[in-house]
Amino acid sequence: MSSGSSGSRSSRVPRRGFLAVGAALTAVVTLSACGAKTDAAGSSSDKAAKIDVSGDTVKVGLLNSLSGTMAISEVTVRDSLKLAIDEINASGGVLGKKIKPISEDGASDWPTFAEKAQKLIKEDGVAATFGCWTSASRKAVKPVFEKNKSLLFYPVQYEGLEESPYIFYTGATTNQQIVPALDYLKSKGLKKLYLVGSDYVFPRTANKEIKAYAKANGMTILGEDYAPLGSTEFSTIANKVKASKADAVFNTLNGDSNVAFFKEYKSAGLTAKSMPVVSVSIAEEEVKSIGTQYLAGQLTAWNYYQTTAGAANAKFVKAYKAKYGQDKPTSDPMEAAYTSVYLWKAMVEKAKSFDPEKVKAASDGITFDAPEGKVTVDGASQHVYKTARIGEIGTDGQIKEVWNSGKPVKPDPFLKGYSWASGLS
Amino acid sequence: MNVLKGRSVRAWAGFAGAAVLLFAIAPLALSDFRLGLLAKYLCTAMVAVGICLAWGRGGLLTLGQGVFFGLGGYAMAMHLKIADAGPGNLPDFMQLYGTATELPWWWKPFENPAFALAATVLLPMAVAALLGLFIFRRRVKGAYFAILSQALAAALAIWLIGQQATTGGTNGLTDIQGFFGYSLDDPVNQRMVYFVIAAALLLLMAIARQLINSRYGELLVAVRDSEERVRFLGYDPANVKLVAYVVAAGMAGLAGALFVPAVGIISPALIGIVPSIEFVIGAAVGGRASLVGAVLGAIAVAWAKTALSEEFPAAWTYFQGLLFIVALAFLPGGLASLAVLVRRRKAVERKTAVIPVGEAA
Amino acid sequence: MTVILGQTFTGISIGAVLLLIALGLSLTFGQMNVINMAHGEFIMAGAYTTYVLQKSISSAGISLLVALPVAFLVSGALGALLEWLLIRRLYLRPLDTLLVTWGVSLMLQQLARDIFGAPNVQTRAPDWLTGNITVIGGDDPLTFANSRLFILGLAVAAVVALSLTLRLTPLGRRIRAVVQNRDLAEVSGISTSTVDRTAFFLGSGLAGVAGVALTLVGPIGPTMGTNVIIDAFLVIVVGGIGQLKGTVIVAFVLGVLQSVLEYSTTVSVAKVLVLVAIVAFLQWRPQGLYTLRTRSLV
Repeated sequence: MSSGSSGSRSSRVPRRGFLAVGAALTAVVTLSACGAKTDAAGSSSDKAAKIDVSGDTVKVGLLNSLSGTMAISEVTVRDSLKLAIDEINASGGVLGKKIKPISEDGASDWPTFAEKAQKLIKEDGVAATFGCWTSASRKAVKPVFEKNKSLLFYPVQYEGLEESPYIFYTGATTNQQIVPALDYLKSKGLKKLYLVGSDYVFPRTANKEIKAYAKANGMTILGEDYAPLGSTEFSTIANKVKASKADAVFNTLNGDSNVAFFKEYKSAGLTAKSMPVVSVSIAEEEVKSIGTQYLAGQLTAWNYYQTTAGAANAKFVKAYKAKYGQDKPTSDPMEAAYTSVYLWKAMVEKAKSFDPEKVKAASDGITFDAPEGKVTVDGASQHVYKTARIGEIGTDGQIKEVWNSGKPVKPDPFLKGYSWASGLS
Repeated sequence: MNVLKGRSVRAWAGFAGAAVLLFAIAPLALSDFRLGLLAKYLCTAMVAVGICLAWGRGGLLTLGQGVFFGLGGYAMAMHLKIADAGPGNLPDFMQLYGTATELPWWWKPFENPAFALAATVLLPMAVAALLGLFIFRRRVKGAYFAILSQALAAALAIWLIGQQATTGGTNGLTDIQGFFGYSLDDPVNQRMVYFVIAAALLLLMAIARQLINSRYGELLVAVRDSEERVRFLGYDPANVKLVAYVVAAGMAGLAGALFVPAVGIISPALIGIVPSIEFVIGAAVGGRASLVGAVLGAIAVAWAKTALSEEFPAAWTYFQGLLFIVALAFLPGGLASLAVLVRRRKAVERKTAVIPVGEAA
Repeated sequence: MTVILGQTFTGISIGAVLLLIALGLSLTFGQMNVINMAHGEFIMAGAYTTYVLQKSISSAGISLLVALPVAFLVSGALGALLEWLLIRRLYLRPLDTLLVTWGVSLMLQQLARDIFGAPNVQTRAPDWLTGNITVIGGDDPLTFANSRLFILGLAVAAVVALSLTLRLTPLGRRIRAVVQNRDLAEVSGISTSTVDRTAFFLGSGLAGVAGVALTLVGPIGPTMGTNVIIDAFLVIVVGGIGQLKGTVIVAFVLGVLQSVLEYSTTVSVAKVLVLVAIVAFLQWRPQGLYTLRTRSLV
């Protein structure tokens, strides 16, 4: 009796509902099938992704977070990629084909990055993909690119210890940014360091390397603190840093946290003179959003500044501002992204093919007169020779170079050329 | 009796129809990539089945389903990572970030596939039972329960992120190669994973339907509608709620476990507050109290997210937000109530025109 | 000794920030039982108001002071609009309110991104707010940050203003009447819908004020609201819904707890411990620190 009489009201929906399952599932299924592009690689019995080169265009994917917490940084990279693509199209394209960018939103969510990477490769048939910012997003898409034998150009400085056969790393690896920064601090006699970073892969791995360096070079690490990504409460960390009486702070914070950290740093009475901070994730864009009243005099380590001399940079800065606004600064990740498109173009032209295997084979020794100076691709590691630069943030919001490595540094992602790093990987 | 019979016949017909769709039509109609996405949507639908039970039927504000989904997912992924590494080796990320030379003690049991599989469901259920036991006895309800669940989701996510050497930190567990000996690289095996997920979803729906139509199901609705009266009748509402909560947690755990081979990644990003809210939204948009509505809603919302973000990468959150607002503020029963409405009008007007039910999604 | 004093002050200042962001919620969530996830975006609106005002008022100090009332009005108006458009339809469905306002918050974030750009924006703090006061000098000085003192003062002022409004004004009496017994208030001739909207205006306006204060210590960007919103809800829940007293005490207790744990462990561990402590506390006292006793069974 129980389920008969009184259950009739509640079970009405499920009963008839099963018919609706059919109707609606069909709708969902057919709709998503319609969403698929007709030129997609249909059956994937052969594992390498098919590249769509039909017609007079070639597609490339732009995979950046346009929403969520990382959008603050990644949108500028997308803009910069688009600038490079426009320039290349204006001068005739690649192998006679115009580049058609397909932009996807990684939404600051790593599984979404993996989903969109698959979509770009399998549905759109892109020849290469440009983007990703955080190491977590790169780690999430790495297997996707490797399984489908498709190329990713990753434009952000990172923690090293990685070499994927299907990723080109156009940002700095550790020996082109962090190691030179440590050398610089050592040369200035700043030997007692405090490490502050966001709680994720890049800062934790970078700090592991910094500690190994410090041990071998007679420097001491007085403390190490991590804050969750997006954390904006830094008064305690500022207190700890202050109490440590370190010579300098090595800062691997990312995103929003930097703003809160530097505001607190100043409130605690610490200055660039009393305890300089070397940052590896603060570029012109971040300087603009934090404010020079908090940052003037602090140090940064990069491979490019808006002030870097040279005709290529003057042209890049002018083109960027003309396209996106006079008040928009250019920064290292934007420059590395811009450069990555040109490097891909040069590789494709040398290989005379969009095929990833041929592009990879042609990559060694490709050079480009980039805004940061001449860069060369190292085919073995698929990283790029880059000039390391230490800069000081000025009161005008620009970063002034105070030291550079003189010539492009050979990329060494596993730090094999450094004896102190032998136990790291 | 006849009514009962007719209903179960129709239910079976519905099940059969859904099975044909999921097992025959979808694999034929969709590319491998889209089928993989559908597998992912079906995982969220499995969570929605539990939410329908606990929230739609029991009135519990289940805003922490991400916790259970994540526990199931990590349990499965830990086993698969150990299996990928092979006997005696450490999973790749531990070699990279960790200093340990052997597996941490709390990883060791997951080396055993039977333990890991059982843990994907039992671990979330145990956590839910522990939590629910206190909460429902204390008669915590409504907003308190919702916020408390969110606090728990946030705490688990932050903890996982902090333990990079043993949990992979923000990265989560990525690059999962095999699934009990089958390479996930092979499209045929990916298809198998999809079939497993589809079958699991149908199974969970059958279980939920049985529960809903049972005496317990009626008691659950009674607790939702008037807890005090049920108490005065001599039942203990706390136990009734606890069962629904624990079952929902188990379903979310299973969904998380199957999500791992389908997508190849589990990360704290799937555990925190945002995913927990997204799970609930799918069920709410479809119709929380209707099993079919909740499942279809979850699939539709997940699909809409993909489709909108592919079409409008820079503005899709407007549409997503708008969808939530319109569906929830103006259709309290979700899209399922549209179907009821349509049916009523059809009965009244006796029109023969076919109204596409699913397209409203 | 200076460490203990310093950390206590830090804890109190963290508590003051928490209190300020939670205060508006104590009205909308605590009194009216509306889980408004877009509250964080009202905070964001307050912060962007400061940014816009600084573009037209060159003096950082004056623009900050002007921003306080303007942000109150801007966020308050947004809140009243939200109440009129959506929330009034949802008073009987608390979780639906949460989901609907979640949708609103997604849209407001995207709107901010489209209007002000995706990167964070910058506001200048006046010089008198960037320094610090030395309380104990010497080799290991104890200093209090001016910006933190300002926020503390602002939080105290806001609490006093809110509790006086609730206690002494006719509006406050009406709000309390509606909270305690809506039907009886209605039959006594109080327009409950007007009271709801006014209370929502006040609560959201306070979020705007909090936004102005946050420009002194944190980033100003599209996702700044989501960073703080859950903490704010927790303060209300632990304090006891409908109890201003509970909110104030809990904000400061959680602030000090966070800062002490942070100092002795790490930020992540401290955060997890605080959250676990909250969950445990609610197991023990599910209604929060203070409970509002009403006659209703529910």
